Amino acid sequence: MQEHSMKKDNILGYLTDIETMGLVDGPGMRLVLFLAGCPLRCLYCHNPETWELKNYTQTVTSDDVLKLYRQFGMYYGESGGVTFSGGEPLSQSQFVLECAKLLKEHKIHTALDTSGASCGDFDELLDYIDLVILDIKAVDEDEYIKICGKTPENFNKFLSLCQKKNKKLWLRQVIVPNINDDIPHIQKLANYIKNIKNVEKVELLPYHSMAKSKYEKLNIPYRLQSTPDMDKQKCSELEKILRQSIK
Amino acid sequence: MENDVKQWQGFKGDDWKENIDVSSFIDQNYTEYKGDENFLAPISKKTSLVWDRCKELLKEETKKGGCLDVETNILSGITAFKPGYIDKDNEVIVGLQTDAPLKRIVNMYGGTKIALKALEAHGYKLNPEVQKHFVTYRKTHNDGVFDAYTPIIRRARKNGLLTGLPDGYGRGRIIGDYRRIALYGIDRLILEKQKDLQDDFLDEDNLEENIRLREEVSEQIRALNQIKEMAKSYGYDISNPAQNAKEAIQWSYFGYLAGAKENNGAATSMGRDATFFDIYIERDLKNGTLTESQAQELIDQFVIKLRLIRHLRTPEYDELFAGDPTWVTESLAGMLNDEHSLVTKSSFRFLHTLENLDPSAEPNLTVLWSKNLPIGFKKYASKISIRTDSIQYEGDDVMRPLYGHDYAISCCVSSMKEGKQMQFFGARCNLAKSLLYAINGGYDELSGALVIDGFDKINSEVLDYDTVRKSYSKMLQKIAKIYVDANNIIHYMHDKYAYEASQMALHDTHVERLMAFGIAGFSCAVDSLSAIKYAKVKPIYNDQNIAIGFNVDGEFPKYGNDDKRVDDLAVELVQEFFNYLNSHKLYKNAHATLSLLTITSNVMYGLKTGSTPDGRKAGEAFAPGANPMHGRDCSGALRSLNSVAKIPFENCCQDGVSNTFSIIPSALGHDEKEQITNLVNILDGYFVQGAQHINVNVLNRELLIDAMNNPYKYPNLTIRVSGYAVNFNKLDRAHQEEVIARTFHEKR
Repeated sequence: MQEHSMKKDNILGYLTDIETMGLVDGPGMRLVLFLAGCPLRCLYCHNPETWELKNYTQTVTSDDVLKLYRQFGMYYGESGGVTFSGGEPLSQSQFVLECAKLLKEHKIHTALDTSGASCGDFDELLDYIDLVILDIKAVDEDEYIKICGKTPENFNKFLSLCQKKNKKLWLRQVIVPNINDDIPHIQKLANYIKNIKNVEKVELLPYHSMAKSKYEKLNIPYRLQSTPDMDKQKCSELEKILRQSIK
Repeated sequence: MENDVKQWQGFKGDDWKENIDVSSFIDQNYTEYKGDENFLAPISKKTSLVWDRCKELLKEETKKGGCLDVETNILSGITAFKPGYIDKDNEVIVGLQTDAPLKRIVNMYGGTKIALKALEAHGYKLNPEVQKHFVTYRKTHNDGVFDAYTPIIRRARKNGLLTGLPDGYGRGRIIGDYRRIALYGIDRLILEKQKDLQDDFLDEDNLEENIRLREEVSEQIRALNQIKEMAKSYGYDISNPAQNAKEAIQWSYFGYLAGAKENNGAATSMGRDATFFDIYIERDLKNGTLTESQAQELIDQFVIKLRLIRHLRTPEYDELFAGDPTWVTESLAGMLNDEHSLVTKSSFRFLHTLENLDPSAEPNLTVLWSKNLPIGFKKYASKISIRTDSIQYEGDDVMRPLYGHDYAISCCVSSMKEGKQMQFFGARCNLAKSLLYAINGGYDELSGALVIDGFDKINSEVLDYDTVRKSYSKMLQKIAKIYVDANNIIHYMHDKYAYEASQMALHDTHVERLMAFGIAGFSCAVDSLSAIKYAKVKPIYNDQNIAIGFNVDGEFPKYGNDDKRVDDLAVELVQEFFNYLNSHKLYKNAHATLSLLTITSNVMYGLKTGSTPDGRKAGEAFAPGANPMHGRDCSGALRSLNSVAKIPFENCCQDGVSNTFSIIPSALGHDEKEQITNLVNILDGYFVQGAQHINVNVLNRELLIDAMNNPYKYPNLTIRVSGYAVNFNKLDRAHQEEVIARTFHEKR
């Protein structure tokens, strides 16, 4: 796809991967673009290869994205679409904006899978996004800093913007043993979510250590060496509790 | 014709009464069903008892090494065997191939040697008197073929260029329109056939054809009378049309059963019956003479009968077609036109047998998929697929325009109009080996023998694409001629010495014929061409200057990743080979068709093929059918499907493009509901591109490995292999390992 990048007006997107049968990042079956670059360094991140922009494996233009969608759109049924994930897609917001505009022109559903933790003006972008899948790293500020290495300032701004613009939201949190896998945490999260409107779905994702080998390859120290994988059963029980508490 | 036949009371339309036309009868009388599966009934008491007995017998069969019993005193024939039962009091549909369930028939007409070898392999001996008389007085199909085979066919066969040719066993693949017996009764069918013998004089322009046809029609009439006699031995008079659902199923089954007594063809498929049966079931339900539970009981018990069909095979045959398959293919659903589907409640009832009677390899339930099928049926089929891995799907939207809406699938992927077309099954030609021959000047890379003369060895340090491709074209052209000759001889002799009279009796007299050629080693050949074109391929020559290995420097695009550079080579290859085949005159003016379907013979073909330029080592299995090579379609399930969907069906691979697709459950969705929706979407997306076939397995590789090591834990583990389903435990280790080595699409 390199040759398309030579076109003048199109902004380039820097990707680490493309998933053509994405089933977990948004409704239905979707084209998922993993964008390179992220301002956060979360303890449990399972995509460390997406941290640095320079780790991209391919560049695409918005036209390429539409073309890709057409190559697989027939499998996506009525509910599918395109999800911008990463990395942090907001760190390439101009590219995402151009893609989302084009996709909306063609009536294709767009989702943004984000931590909301980038700095910038995303007002126009959200006009072209149908669904925001927002990762709530932590409710408590200290804990947020402990997990992500940054204050939740940008996250808070982004969430407010979503609320102001009445964006549909899917909220997520990664559950890690000994960090946030206890009932008080879940209750706190529930109370927090209760004050958010347009929430269509909440999901708790169990932490797993499968990314360890990626860290080794990249020569990055793995900070959760001694943390076991989150028990899937327990995680789904916590999810049940969460869902009941926010009803 | 009399139009007030009492069995036809309440049925609409007149044209089908004047002429034999089951399709028109269905169009005018069936009731489309657009709902869900909630109406379905559980297994009945009677069926439970019958199925329990069958399970015991099946267990015993497995314990005895795969063959429960063989009838050694009587040879095959429609009326040769006394009636047999499983559990007479509880059987609502009756009829077995011999006088006992799972007891196999000796059929000598295909070839004496092979039949005797099969007997011996299972520890049986034919009654010496019977053997002496047969061998002394009767010439077989196999004898005839070898009288006529040319020297080059013999060499091609011996070296594994052509394998699995039906020259020593029944060619199969013929589907009688068994529904005709139910709708018209045998006597009417005999009457119609007699009309075809009324000419007083022969047509001298087509003398031989004319004489042969007269002989064949007479044999057909004889067979129809025998079917009637066989049915009578079970206490049924099938002279007249069936008068209710039970009779309609029973009459049709007698027709099928006659074929399975008379012949031992590799694939003996059932046809397309659900919607036809449904018309009778609906009439009975309305009359109050049948309940839903009884309707399901009829279908369940009919399906049990189809599950017990057996043929006696040699170990060599099992190597090609592993797991004792019979391909009793039953085609379900499909569309009538752009608006209405042929889905009825009975389409659901057939799928429901996989729940009432455990998952099973047979009958080979085949859903004719269209984007316009009712969503309730799509979802139910997907659910049963996810739960049982026992269903295959074929693209109705590509087949219906060519075959009309009353075609059925024979074997795995071969479509033909019911009762109006028949097929000459032509096995497979090894296109990966053909490529090696193009490089090695016609010498076989394993035996060192000269198989195809008139070619120079390429002999260069690095293979040049244009040079190899040119030589390959020339080679394919010559091989196509050899392959056509072999099939012309085979089918001439098969008609002469092992004519399928009962099955052909249930066809129109003037039937259209298809000669179905096939390709093995497809993706291996395509990737090899790609390697030569895009990477640097250096052959390793032996002292005879035959390339026995290849070093590949650099990357090359691989088929199965939706990459135009290599997928175009794939399309070009099938089109070219088909054109060569199609340029020849075929026996009985058949039309050439071509398939990408290997069944499990991809293992055998691979074993007989040396190392190939794509990096595959000598002896390693090919991928099955049109599948990408194992593990090479690594950029996602949908890209893999897109590559296969590019293979042209119409006027090229019109005998089918088989794709076996395995996906792990978690990659298909979080829960069953999501998995069902996603599978429906995948099937829609695949077929809307003009794809023709897909086998769907939703399972984990770990499960198969566990089943390989602990078979007793998984007595009913059924998986789709290549165009058919098989009980995993019935595969030998080599086939099990090949299945496990295949690409399982995972979350990436």
